Amino acid sequence: MYVAVKGGERAIDNAHAWLAEERRGDPAVPELTVAQIREQMRLAVNRVMAEGSLYDPDLAALAIKQSRGDLIEAVFLIRAYRTTLPRLGASQPVDTAAMAVDRRVSATFKDLPGGQVLGPTFDYTHRLLDFKLAAEGEVAAAPTQDTIPEPVPHVTGFLNRDGLIEAEPRDDTAPPDLTREPLELPAARPLRLQALARGDEGFVLSLAYSTQRGYGRTHAFVGELRIGRVAVEVDIPELGFAVEIGEVELTECETVNQFKGSKTEPPQFTRGYGLVFGQSERKSIAMSLVDRALRWKELGEDFTGAPAQDEEFVLYHCDNIQATGFLEHIKLPHYVDFQAELELVRRLRAEAAAAVQEAAE
Amino acid sequence: MSDYNFAYLDEQTKRMIRRAILKGVAVPGYQVPFASREMPMPYGWGTGGVQVTAACLTPEDRLKVIDQGADDTTNAVSIRKFFQRTAGVAVTERTTEATVIQTRHRIPEQPLTEGQILVYQVPIPEPLRFLEPRETETRKMHELEEYGLMHVKLYEDIARHGQIATSYAYPVMVEGRYVMDPSPIPKFDNPKLSDNPAIQLFGAGREQRIYAVPPYTQVVSLDFEDHPFVASKADHDCDLCGAADSYLDEVITDDRGGRMFVCSDTDYCASRRAEGHVGRLGTDERAA
Repeated sequence: MYVAVKGGERAIDNAHAWLAEERRGDPAVPELTVAQIREQMRLAVNRVMAEGSLYDPDLAALAIKQSRGDLIEAVFLIRAYRTTLPRLGASQPVDTAAMAVDRRVSATFKDLPGGQVLGPTFDYTHRLLDFKLAAEGEVAAAPTQDTIPEPVPHVTGFLNRDGLIEAEPRDDTAPPDLTREPLELPAARPLRLQALARGDEGFVLSLAYSTQRGYGRTHAFVGELRIGRVAVEVDIPELGFAVEIGEVELTECETVNQFKGSKTEPPQFTRGYGLVFGQSERKSIAMSLVDRALRWKELGEDFTGAPAQDEEFVLYHCDNIQATGFLEHIKLPHYVDFQAELELVRRLRAEAAAAVQEAAE
Repeated sequence: MSDYNFAYLDEQTKRMIRRAILKGVAVPGYQVPFASREMPMPYGWGTGGVQVTAACLTPEDRLKVIDQGADDTTNAVSIRKFFQRTAGVAVTERTTEATVIQTRHRIPEQPLTEGQILVYQVPIPEPLRFLEPRETETRKMHELEEYGLMHVKLYEDIARHGQIATSYAYPVMVEGRYVMDPSPIPKFDNPKLSDNPAIQLFGAGREQRIYAVPPYTQVVSLDFEDHPFVASKADHDCDLCGAADSYLDEVITDDRGGRMFVCSDTDYCASRRAEGHVGRLGTDERAA
């Protein structure tokens, strides 16, 4: 006698218990601490903060631990937590020109005020596995030198002074909030940048790469890439002035793009912009390329049909939490729809067979 | 009980969702954009339905959650548990006892009554999506009541297959104005959409849309005069309760082609069996 499948609840509880055990791994190996992840998996923590849209290294590290290192799952945990937080207010725009830079490179000028600072980069490491790390030895301290902090003005500012790059007029309009209003198109640039900043690094990277290979080419130079800490200031109405409440690490990329001019604009360089939480170089460069590609309309360029130019395509598909949810949901039961299809295919086949039979007679 | 607000969402968010629901009820079949929140369950798992349910629930409600018609499917269990934990509401498996029913892919067999709310989980709210991928275009098409593309698609089905080859998420026309996706319910369920005494609400979380069919609204499945709509199901009776009028799941029972058909609506089937109805493979389960 057939008994209908029951026990979903117990199966779920047992699955969760097993998952917790798997997450811990071999108990003979010491457990990872959140602080270890925060300090030694910094770039993973940065990615989770960026795509989770929440600047909190401890929570991001906790999410990575809980998700067994599945970064998209960790981003999801952060996003779900973030939505429950009250909005106390908005900060003043951060001043990236006043950034305390750890790294600052320009691909367009050999030297410039503020200098080129390589910082902690993989760029010139030879990608040879370092077996010494397997031995878990201590690293020697990096050499240091006292410097006098000097201003580090933006590279695009130099070009702007000569009128060689498009002007970026100051706009104090409050930007829209992607997480508080439904996405409506066409989207203004602040909304596009917001979507890209929390978009999936892999997706944004591949789109940017596609522009370099000719699908919406924008001839980008990295005018400047800077990584460092900036102060976050919040207006306190009772005081009547802004107060620094902390600082965040950011990566900012400004591209300088070749531009021939159009029906409406004289020849000049144009801009692409990327700003991401933490040291997230790849993401910020990719973001600025995609930002620039999406600006074809306002710059009077042609739409060539390239995916990176297509705002609807980019904005609707860059979010990995939306994407992974919908992709993975197809593993949920679909017995009912499948049964409907099964019945339809059987009927169509029966009719086709009958037609063949009839033709033969 | 828990550290979260009643039914998880904060009151401001629920208010925003209720406004979208009211707009949807006022304009039946129209997809209302709403600022869908990121829920603690993945997109595609019913985040839209969960938000609509959260906005509708009151502490006095009695909630039923089904997936594929069944109360004991894993995701139905999970969503029911979520609301037990965050709202502490009473739950039930009985269609007749529920005040709010959240569903994925089915409409219960037991006719609904006035005062009940049926909340559908919707993956893709746009019925024209697979004909036109751009939201900017499909919104325009709805505005202009430009549904020619849909009729061409249905016509092409007939030209190719001799019939309309859509078996679930079968498009409907609501009150003669908006073409609407009824969510991926089998077309067997489509007739239940129309003139239903209950409020039917549709939530699509990832796509940020809510729409509604108010009570006693006319909902017509699209068809042609010479190819009228037929609500079809597997040509069997339920093997457990013998029902001839319910939608069936096909269950493979061995690897030699053995199979049986059972009601997809578990409450309907269990109620019938308790009343003494017995199918081909069932036993009398009447309470002695």
